[in-house]
Amino acid sequence: MTTSTNLVYLIALPLFSAAALLLLGRIADKWGHIFATLISATVFVIGAIEFFAMQGRTGESRAATQKIFEWISVGTLHVDASLLLDQLSICFVLLISGVGTLIHIYSIAYMSHDHDRRRFFAYLNLFIAAMLLLVLGDSYLNLYVGWEGVGLASYLLIGFWNQKPAYATAAKKAFVANRVGDVGLSLAIMIAFTQFGTVTFAGVKESASGASAGALTAIGAMLLLAAAGKSAQFPLQSWLGDAMAGPTPVSALIHAATMVTAGVYLITRSNFIFDASPMAQLMVVCVGAITLLFGALIGTAKDDIKKALAASTMSQIGYMILATGLGPIGYAFAIMHLLTHGFFKAGMFLGAGSVMHGMNDEVNMRRYGAIGKVMPITAATFGLGYLAILGVPPFAGFYSKDKIIETAFNAGGIKGILLGGATLLGAAITAFYMTRVIVLTFTGTKRWDENAHPHESPFLMWAPMAVLAVGSVASGFLLSSGSALVNWLQPVVNEHHEHHTEEFLPPMVVSVMALVVVAIGVAFAILKYRTVPVVAPQEVSVFTKAARKDLYQDSFNEAVFMRPGQKLTAGLVTTDYKVIDGLVRMVGWVIQTSSTALRAIQNGYVRSYALIMVLGVLALVTAVWLVTL
Amino acid sequence: MLTAPKLDYALLAPILIILGAALLGVLVEAFVKQSLRARLQLAIALTGIIIAFEQLYRIRNQGTSIAAVTSVSIDGAGIFMQGAILIFAFLGILIIADHDHFAPQASALPGSAEEVSALESGKQQTEVFPLTLFAVSGMMLFPIATDFITLFVALEVLSLPLYLMAGLSRRRRLLSQEAALKYFLLGAYSSAFFLFGAALLYGYSGSLSLNGLTDAIHGSGGNDVFLLLGIVFLSVGLLFKVGAVPFHNWTPDVYQGAPTPITGFMAAATKAAAFGATLRIFYVGLDAAQISWKPAIAAVAVITMLVGAIAAISQRDVKRMLAYSSIAHAGFLLTAVVSLNKSALGATLFYLVAYGLATIGAFGIVTLVRDSAGEVTDINRWVGLGKKSPLVASVFSLFLLSFAGIPLTSGFVGKFAIFSAAYESGNIYLVVAGVLSSAIAVFFYLRLILMLFFADATNDSVSVVIPSILTRIAISITAIATIILGVAPSLLFNVAQNFAYFLR
Repeated sequence: MTTSTNLVYLIALPLFSAAALLLLGRIADKWGHIFATLISATVFVIGAIEFFAMQGRTGESRAATQKIFEWISVGTLHVDASLLLDQLSICFVLLISGVGTLIHIYSIAYMSHDHDRRRFFAYLNLFIAAMLLLVLGDSYLNLYVGWEGVGLASYLLIGFWNQKPAYATAAKKAFVANRVGDVGLSLAIMIAFTQFGTVTFAGVKESASGASAGALTAIGAMLLLAAAGKSAQFPLQSWLGDAMAGPTPVSALIHAATMVTAGVYLITRSNFIFDASPMAQLMVVCVGAITLLFGALIGTAKDDIKKALAASTMSQIGYMILATGLGPIGYAFAIMHLLTHGFFKAGMFLGAGSVMHGMNDEVNMRRYGAIGKVMPITAATFGLGYLAILGVPPFAGFYSKDKIIETAFNAGGIKGILLGGATLLGAAITAFYMTRVIVLTFTGTKRWDENAHPHESPFLMWAPMAVLAVGSVASGFLLSSGSALVNWLQPVVNEHHEHHTEEFLPPMVVSVMALVVVAIGVAFAILKYRTVPVVAPQEVSVFTKAARKDLYQDSFNEAVFMRPGQKLTAGLVTTDYKVIDGLVRMVGWVIQTSSTALRAIQNGYVRSYALIMVLGVLALVTAVWLVTL
Repeated sequence: MLTAPKLDYALLAPILIILGAALLGVLVEAFVKQSLRARLQLAIALTGIIIAFEQLYRIRNQGTSIAAVTSVSIDGAGIFMQGAILIFAFLGILIIADHDHFAPQASALPGSAEEVSALESGKQQTEVFPLTLFAVSGMMLFPIATDFITLFVALEVLSLPLYLMAGLSRRRRLLSQEAALKYFLLGAYSSAFFLFGAALLYGYSGSLSLNGLTDAIHGSGGNDVFLLLGIVFLSVGLLFKVGAVPFHNWTPDVYQGAPTPITGFMAAATKAAAFGATLRIFYVGLDAAQISWKPAIAAVAVITMLVGAIAAISQRDVKRMLAYSSIAHAGFLLTAVVSLNKSALGATLFYLVAYGLATIGAFGIVTLVRDSAGEVTDINRWVGLGKKSPLVASVFSLFLLSFAGIPLTSGFVGKFAIFSAAYESGNIYLVVAGVLSSAIAVFFYLRLILMLFFADATNDSVSVVIPSILTRIAISITAIATIILGVAPSLLFNVAQNFAYFLR
């Protein structure tokens, strides 16, 4: 362990900037956005310096810590507000500050017409500070503070345009779903504390092996609940789609690249818990597999470009979560996919924002079409992101997603086949809906509103998109060449050099299979969306009749693929509503009913109160008497 | 032949100063003309509290158990508790000073011509200041008393003024008077239990002091019907005062009916005093018999936490909701009584300060939300307050987050400290129950925050009045303290740990 004195600035700078911009008020309107962007860039530079410094150190001394102050010291519990920068957290620091800075730059232009731009940038910096605290905290408690902080920033930003009631509702939905997850996290911390008497990562890691299986599973399950809340995983996924109400740069930064991946970080950071509890790992892979399919299927049904991308985010994080459930080797691939996804998904979101910017904030893809001609840079950067998410070699997703598919197959036995199959199926559906997005938006015929005059976005907007596009192309290769990331992360996630030698399928076969299913998905989408109706999907039956005359292929698509797909999607939505919400509502109902019953006892009559007291006395006497029998 | 008891006046001075200020206040009522009274009373009360605090600070390290012929014990926990009560009293009086909450003439029948004329003449019921000080003197005596007579006297001295003060509300006077009467009847009822318990314990041990009781238990073993019944009855009196289930029924009614500044003061200071005495009685007097009472008190703690959290959910009134929240907090604090170790004692001291400050602040905010007919406590009418008065709603949310135990607020640290002390003492089931009820409680606190900020206002008649400078000071202090104690709890924690001892 090395001691560093610079780590605190990573958090203090953006926090200070956020406070300054909020407190100074209108005075800072002129330069607030520039200041916030410079701060974010500075944080990235500090992160980069720390990264190179870390590379200069070897072995144990790579991780750096900094104690800021003694936070809680009571009885057996000592918690310091300490930061830990190790191989895992540096990845996040660079991603958060790097992508964060690009999105700051993009927002300067994107939000230029908003009279509250300064407040927006203050919130962005607040988010950066909280997110960095989340990944730099050296204990679950410090992580929790950051966890709450990003939740706060997220809902401030989702509801940024809260003059529109629907947006305020979306912020509220995100708030509630996140709180459910937070309860999971606080329960996990409490259980961990009762089991280990400490809440630092190092302390828990040390004593995790000695704990009972039940306790580890309980902690794992609660951590998973927390991850599901933050990362929009089944069964707490519903908020992410609505969170798209926030300004698009927010969707790119918080709801695609960074915050929603906090669940993956949490599980990876807690690898010692999950590695010791196969039951918890099983839950993790189930949640991951369900969400990756769930999100992908939802993606096929969305006409709103941001919601389609949000469903895709959900699905891609499903891949990461699934990977974290696959044991030591999975963590590195999960983080690799997280990083590549951070590039290509943020890039695509910024692309979507660029399109919206040109189309008077229209989000319905049925009103797009042929935009590629008028917005070539946007189309090109979006296209590179598209190739990356599909996993076409040599783009980023090829290296990260194929590794997850491969690892899933290698899990062995029925489990391996099921998980591998799910990831392959997910890849196919991903190819379908992403192609649909491309076809509806950038190619085909114009279906624009008559007032729309799309034009390429200004330099400040396309430059970040271009940088992210470079990442979409190159990051996968860079991270995986010579197993760079796997080796880098090894000290954090895998101490015992457990390498699975038995392979279910050779990597080559997996890649070929993945490419084949992707090709099928792309082909389906292209055939299906040769003509696109402008009208909303509720008139799908009219469209069906019209389409049937043209192509039999389409009706085949519909019968075999789309209709069951839609049914399934609808079914999942119903399940979501009836079963999941139902369960939540039942718990609520039980508590509410007992609450009302308690209220009835509170009838206001002194005589009743006195009687209750007498009964209480009798109960106490009985209790004491029973004990001393 | 009788010898005069030897009293160590320096050590008793904090209480005596408060009593002196209270008596001075009575004289002011008698001899000073109406128009000057309010300011003079306020000045006397605040000055008295400051001088008492100053004296308390001076004697903080001179602990002894024989300051008043073994009737009181000036020890760490006692001094800390006295200091906390003085701080609560100071802040409470700042809010009480806003006379708009009090009936102009409490003796006038509600709705009578007399009341109308009192209202028109702009009269003020300034007796509330000396009453508060009398209550404070009782509260300061309660946690340091070491024999049953002194305990009982302190209990009554602190209770009687509160019964009166609960009935002083300016608006909804019948509700207020009903609350006062209820509080009095049930309070008297529980005092009877307390006294009966004390009598039984005297019968068992032949001594009125806590030390004598411990010696007797050591001598005879803890299995005696007098002892056991005595413990139960004594506990009932204490559990009533702290608002533990099933002796809690008065709490919502009284909290709702009493004038809000009084509710805030009462919720913070009474709880501190009652827990101070409870801790001393169980730690010093009944420690030796813990096998008999621990399970019962633990059960009360669990039920109190759960009932407080669950019942709060269906409340439609802010003050009643805060009352149930205070019940749930009593449950958390009871886990510290059961833990019976030094860290639990330190944690309780911290928790009482943290909770008390947030409570005074929260009720202070309630006093500000009004319509033309006075305070509005119906939760549905608080909807959308965050848009109209973001600052007030944010500060209120801060207190709610502290009650909910969200990190970076004082409430979180207090809760964590108490749970970790319970864990240390091996009562893991209490920790589990505490975490569960916290999880339930989080929902109703958050629901209220959601209503404040995310819902649109349904009607526009609720407004936030501009607080008087004194109220503003009180609320600001409590809000700042809530954050500081959350971010840097060691400031107070180390003090609390140093003072966490009882002298026998």
